[in-house]
Amino acid sequence: MAKATRIPRKAQVMESLCVACGCCVKVCPMKAVSIYKGIKAVVDQKLCVGCGKCAKECPASVIEIREARP
Amino acid sequence: MKKRWYDYLWILSLSYLILGFFNILFAWLGLFCFFTPLIISVVKGTKGYCNRYCGRGQLFGLLGGRFGLSRKQDIPGWMKSKAFRYGFLIFFFVMFFQMLWNTYLVFAEAAELKQVVTLLWTFRVPWQWAYHGELFHPGVAQFAFGFYSVMLTSTILGLFTMILFKPRSWCVYCPMGTMTQLICKVKNKERLL
Ligand code: SF4
Ligand code: SF4
Ligand code: SF4
Repeated sequence: MAKATRIPRKAQVMESLCVACGCCVKVCPMKAVSIYKGIKAVVDQKLCVGCGKCAKECPASVIEIREARP
Repeated sequence: MKKRWYDYLWILSLSYLILGFFNILFAWLGLFCFFTPLIISVVKGTKGYCNRYCGRGQLFGLLGGRFGLSRKQDIPGWMKSKAFRYGFLIFFFVMFFQMLWNTYLVFAEAAELKQVVTLLWTFRVPWQWAYHGELFHPGVAQFAFGFYSVMLTSTILGLFTMILFKPRSWCVYCPMGTMTQLICKVKNKERLL
């Protein structure tokens, strides 16, 4: 019997366009985002619940909420 | 989310802009928001200033977010391109050095003090009400006028893109933000383009 598994949706950062402003870090309720060495935002996929707050806030609009392929 | 002391630094940024209307010499305080981000990025290799302490970013976030003065639309692609961000940084620097040169001329007594604030590098707004004179060399005041022009100009641009796009869209092309990110990339040996 095949169980329909839902692929969880998570925040994905288009790293090359990220300006490392940190707006996403401030709004994430799960503390899932951090700024890696002042270069780009990194999302901890284990913590992210895909709420989309960071994507809405990001001034450069470089975060997408997508199905995270393992 | 729990507010920390540094979440209120927007009050300082706002006060700074207001003080410039009363006494232009306060403009010198703006050097803090010039050197702090640079020092943090050079010493620690992070954008800690942007990520935590920048009152200007907070101010845009507040006005565009809480006060709803933003359309919250996506910024156009070209504005977040490296070409535009780096280009704007270079332009900003050229204008900044021109401002320093004008200050030098007044210090060297080769030019008169101009009591104007130049907005958007073009419009010269008379500002003599904020200069009460004579205590320092006119060059000190010239730098204040010039630096305040830079700060007010960037605030105007920031407010403009805040309304059109997302609240903190200034942070996408802010020269300090771009420069500190570049420093971090160099320091951590990351690709620049
Ligand atoms: S808000 Fe957007 S641009 Fe800013 S650090 Fe986060 S992902 Fe990068
Ligand atoms: S989608 Fe929500 S939980 Fe995931 S990183 Fe963004 S703000 Fe945090
Ligand atoms: S990008 Fe500029 S305005 Fe935005 S947080 Fe950094 S220094 Fe402040």
